[in-house]
Amino acid sequence: MKKGYFGDFGGQFVPELLMPPLIELEKACEDIVPGEAFQNTLHELLADYVGRPTPLYLCRNLSKRLGFNLWLKREDLAHTGAHKINNTMGQGLLTKMMGKPCIMAETGAGQHGVATATAAAMLGLDCIVFMGAVDVRRQAHNVRRMELLGSKVVPVESGTRTLKDAINAALRYWIENQRTTHYCFGTAAGPHPFPTLVRNFQSIIGREARQQMMEKVGKLPDYVVACVGGGSNAIGMFHEFIPLDSVRIVGVEAAGTGEPGCYNSAPLNLGSPGVLHGMHTPLLQTEDGQILPSHSISAGLDYPGVGPEHAELHASGRAAYGMANDDQALDACLELTKVEGILPALESSHAVAWVLANKDKIEPGADVAVCLSGRGDKDTFIIEEALAARESKEKRS
Amino acid sequence: MSAAMIESGLEAAIRAAAKEGRLALVPFLPAGYPDKDRFFEELDQLDQGGADIIEIGVPFSDPVADGPVVEEASLHCLELGVNLGWIFDELAKRKGRYKAPLVLMGYMNPFYQYGFDKIADRAKEAGVAGLVVPDLPLEESFDVRKTLAAGGVDLVSLVGLNTSAERLAEYAAVSSGFVYFVSVLGVTGVRNALPDEMLEHLKMAKQAFDVPLALGFGLKSPEQLVPLKGLVDAAVFGSALIRHIKDGGDSASFMARWK
Ligand SMILES: Cc1ncc(COP(=O)(O)O)c(C=O)c1O
Repeated sequence: MKKGYFGDFGGQFVPELLMPPLIELEKACEDIVPGEAFQNTLHELLADYVGRPTPLYLCRNLSKRLGFNLWLKREDLAHTGAHKINNTMGQGLLTKMMGKPCIMAETGAGQHGVATATAAAMLGLDCIVFMGAVDVRRQAHNVRRMELLGSKVVPVESGTRTLKDAINAALRYWIENQRTTHYCFGTAAGPHPFPTLVRNFQSIIGREARQQMMEKVGKLPDYVVACVGGGSNAIGMFHEFIPLDSVRIVGVEAAGTGEPGCYNSAPLNLGSPGVLHGMHTPLLQTEDGQILPSHSISAGLDYPGVGPEHAELHASGRAAYGMANDDQALDACLELTKVEGILPALESSHAVAWVLANKDKIEPGADVAVCLSGRGDKDTFIIEEALAARESKEKRS
Repeated sequence: MSAAMIESGLEAAIRAAAKEGRLALVPFLPAGYPDKDRFFEELDQLDQGGADIIEIGVPFSDPVADGPVVEEASLHCLELGVNLGWIFDELAKRKGRYKAPLVLMGYMNPFYQYGFDKIADRAKEAGVAGLVVPDLPLEESFDVRKTLAAGGVDLVSLVGLNTSAERLAEYAAVSSGFVYFVSVLGVTGVRNALPDEMLEHLKMAKQAFDVPLALGFGLKSPEQLVPLKGLVDAAVFGSALIRHIKDGGDSASFMARWK
């Protein structure tokens, strides 16, 4: 297989000016990351700062109703409230050990931005975060958090002014500032080596989950399920289980409103292969290869591409990729909150929604482990808005 | 069959300028800019105004190597409905009209969706002699280069201030037509001054390549070309031309300044 590829997917489709920093990063991945100094420090930080291992919780109430065991891998309980911190502590430490004084990131919902800003504050790095101007308005709370953490947040006014444009802006900034700055990519996507690097930092999710399942019930889960935006929480959950054939792996993409022809965030289900942000992977695009705007109720899934390793898991059939739409995610979010007292992020709610929608197909007594990638506090405003919109729609009809 | 065995129209055009003791001029204009009809008037003016090669931009929704001027122009052209099919059709209608060989500059995805074999097929009827693909570095370029070469189309390599001697040598082994030297560690857009370190890197690049060297990104005024004589063979200007047209000028008056 070609270097940096997962089957047909992946690669390094970037301007030549970005090849030297990518090659430098590749080398750091080989030389620094496996070393004892790096691993010991990261391990310590993950335990004492991030709060790992995160619990694996058996939903007491929902499981009874569903007739199978619904387990939640509680990434929402990690510091800053999402799995993103696993990646940013790793890349932050790497930035430090590469001798770069600055770290830079893109963010959609602001979760990765907050996680990067947190790692930067803690490790003593300068931090700059690019965020689409639309998202800056939608996620004002996270913008304030980043600023309190000492980061500079740059609103991106070009293109659709959302995550994909924030990534474009970050890549442009990196071209100019590569000597001082590490680009802390937020998901298991982008040019090689990011998909592998991010997966390595996130795969602690699945390693812990496997061990916890063995300790609690003495067997592997029958299903592992995670939502897929760029794909980092999902590949983090899945990676450990890929060689274990008895485990069914399910990624869940965001279908948007679910109406025919609507904008969505489901390139594996509804897109076609193309090249964007340094990778060859399924994309939402026109026949001419122009990238389409994406949509999801959850800003964190709102992306027209997907990490190349998922593309390969999809192509090979090792993992299945379903969809959940905005309404289903909202319902799952409300249900989990009311029944279990856990308010999940709208991103993670897509994974829960898939389980609820497929409850009749899942064997009674099965163990279903869902990656609950983040907490929903950030989404209360969007939830209220969506409920209000739903109410007025019901009144009209 | 190696690309070097066919005489490259691009290389010949730049060498011809050198014979006249001058830098070759390579204007860049996004296809369909400022509108679909005027674009071809501008193309005529560029060709008659002394362009040695003309670069035509293929619009893309996510141009990561471009600054705001080119991005805005490119998004504008997308709104006008410009795509590769239109570009090839319109150029084919005008076959033989331009003295200057044409180069298409655009991002990987629109080319990839159109198909490189189809591009190789249609290039001759459209007068297209080369492609510049800023997000296609050496590692990903080999198959594309081969496919294009079969249609006599050069894949122009891009190198820059941070390209090591080893990478320059690897590029030299496959390059044809000309090599595009990016003058700044940055995106397209005019700069008042070019970086100090540029001259040294240009010398390195000049030594590495047999094919001519074109300098681009950041060029603002003809005065910037004076110290470059002997170090580069051609100069590419895009943002400056777009701005000139946006401010109400035309390509003829622009070219007159640079000649
Ligand atoms: C809580 C949460 N889950 C999931 C995602 C989607 O990203 P990924 O697919 O990389 O896990 C995000 C992104 O912001 C997020 O904040």
